Amino acid sequence: MKPKVAFFDFTGCEGCQLNKLNFENELLDLLAHVDLVEFREAMDETSDEYDITFVEGSITTPACVERIHDIRRRTKVLVALGACAVNGGINAMKNIQPIDAVREAVYGKDKYRFATLPAMPVSAIVAVDHEVRGCPMSQPDFLQLFKALVMGKKPPTYNYAVCVECKLSENECLLTKGQVCLGPVTRAGCEAICPGVGQACIGCRGFIEDMNQEAMLNILTEKGLSVDEARKRLQLFNAYEVAV
Amino acid sequence: MKKNLDINVHHITRVEGHGNIIVNMRDGVLEKAHLNIVEPPRFFEAMLKGRSFTEAAIITSRICGICSLGHQITSLKTTEAALGLEVSEQTILLRKLLVNGATIQSNILHAYFLAVPDFLDAPSVFPLIATNKDVVLRALRMKRLANDIADIVSGRAVHPITPVPGGFTRIPSRDELLHLKERIVTEGLPDAVETVETMKALADAIPQFERETEYISLTHDDEYALYDGDICSSDGGTFPVEDYLNVTNEFVVEHSTSKHARNKREAYMVGALARWNNNYTRLTESARDAAETLGLKPQCYNPYMNTVAQVIEVAHCMEESICIIEELLGRGLKAEKPNQIPTRYGRGIAATEVPRGILFHDYTYDNRGQIVAANCVIPTGQNLANVDADMQKLVPEIVNKTKPEITHHLEMLVRAYDPCISCSVHILDVEFKDS
Repeated sequence: MKPKVAFFDFTGCEGCQLNKLNFENELLDLLAHVDLVEFREAMDETSDEYDITFVEGSITTPACVERIHDIRRRTKVLVALGACAVNGGINAMKNIQPIDAVREAVYGKDKYRFATLPAMPVSAIVAVDHEVRGCPMSQPDFLQLFKALVMGKKPPTYNYAVCVECKLSENECLLTKGQVCLGPVTRAGCEAICPGVGQACIGCRGFIEDMNQEAMLNILTEKGLSVDEARKRLQLFNAYEVAV
Repeated sequence: MKKNLDINVHHITRVEGHGNIIVNMRDGVLEKAHLNIVEPPRFFEAMLKGRSFTEAAIITSRICGICSLGHQITSLKTTEAALGLEVSEQTILLRKLLVNGATIQSNILHAYFLAVPDFLDAPSVFPLIATNKDVVLRALRMKRLANDIADIVSGRAVHPITPVPGGFTRIPSRDELLHLKERIVTEGLPDAVETVETMKALADAIPQFERETEYISLTHDDEYALYDGDICSSDGGTFPVEDYLNVTNEFVVEHSTSKHARNKREAYMVGALARWNNNYTRLTESARDAAETLGLKPQCYNPYMNTVAQVIEVAHCMEESICIIEELLGRGLKAEKPNQIPTRYGRGIAATEVPRGILFHDYTYDNRGQIVAANCVIPTGQNLANVDADMQKLVPEIVNKTKPEITHHLEMLVRAYDPCISCSVHILDVEFKDS
């Protein structure tokens, strides 16, 4: 029996789902190993239960909370896909401002028309079995996890910094070139794709467990950011996880 | 016939984001027909507050995975206008190449993966792998090529990496561009021609429906406007992009977390069909030939033909990409450092034709280079009032069909607009009072 696979999206940009349709060379092979039963962005059909469910996006409304409980009850394995689902991602930036001000700023006098909660990762509401980090999720990382799950193996996890992969790729260090790079504290698994093309790491995969926040803030202020700017940079994708 | 009809399509499939179709008819009188946008709001403008000009495009790219390149390019142009950052000709050419690639990728995704299943009465593209494998493989090949343009020029197709204010952190090599051009010539152009043939074979499945409306897009004297231009209305007149608020006139409605827009009429349409209606004379010759093959004539008032206009644009963008690469190579590629030294601080406004239509960003910066006010107006939001107006004309015309047939026509109508609902709710205007 092929595993029944479903995809669901919550609050996010659906870029991680799009990234799956971007497996042009591998898509047909991937589909041959699973029974895709629900994927609203691409198909009409639905199902009542699933073996493996991939969830994209953050939990941001009471309706999202209800829906994720329902999905959790009906699936054996739940995988959080991408920064929004894994650690709140960019959505959590709204959490660090007073919610009333955020609502009023966007909807004006209609500010109470639409329900909203602080943005949360999926794991804040239900148990999550596995995760694919990144904004967007990285394709090689997803493929590794997908293969592991289909073969019944344990998927890889990363608790070392992007700097490790960056050095292995023999990139020139962007910090030494004066750029504001979050590589020293950000979880690896992306193969240092951004520093590889000259762009500093922005922390989209979340931080390693034992990060030295003070040291990182010191590096950022040495590069010319104010303390406030340095904190905001750390919070870009990590406002839910990291109180700074 | 005094008909009663209740249609409620919860979370319409094969569109980006969450929307419901609601129709109520009592005794032959249509009480309600609209697309109900239920996507959770994301408050992007509020997130932009206090953010540095180097972060604005990183944040706004995350409004939408499908339109990330469009948001990023528009954001960069807006920041550059606000801070007086000049960019090089090479930067503009590379960005134009990216915009052409993104248009190909998005139009192909919509036409083959989201719309074609309707024409073949299939619930998704996946069963077509067994019945029409060559067509599915062609669609995947075209998407791969378009995404390779993005990967090579911007580092990544979803949430591009290298485009930054003032230029690029890395420019592609001569060999990469030569190889890309070769593939567009040998794969891309023939596949675009085949796509026109496939669409022609399916054209009978496109519903016949017309409603005259206003079409709004960018327009440019020298080219089919995608990267730049003035605002153009099919009702007459061109306006500078800086006057966009007089055109978009957004307002909040009860049934949608995304705001609606209207200009002179009750509604207007943006996207491939609007671009076609306003700018068809500036398409390449073969794209105009393709339009003739597919029976698309200006002015076309059938919104279902938006998908056909997208296919025609694919042919155009393939040819344009070749021309741009030739120009880049002819000039000789230069390693350039992004120009990130502001010459002023203030307000900037910019617009780009992204696949779903005209996109506006508008930021105001303080003298530390941090955002104090932001507004973005999204194509799908601009189309919502027009979708509702179409439904209100369409339902009475097809009321004698069965309920599943009516529902199917309405779903196809919504899909024809290729709505990007996540986008449409992320972006609403904001004025920050405390900065």
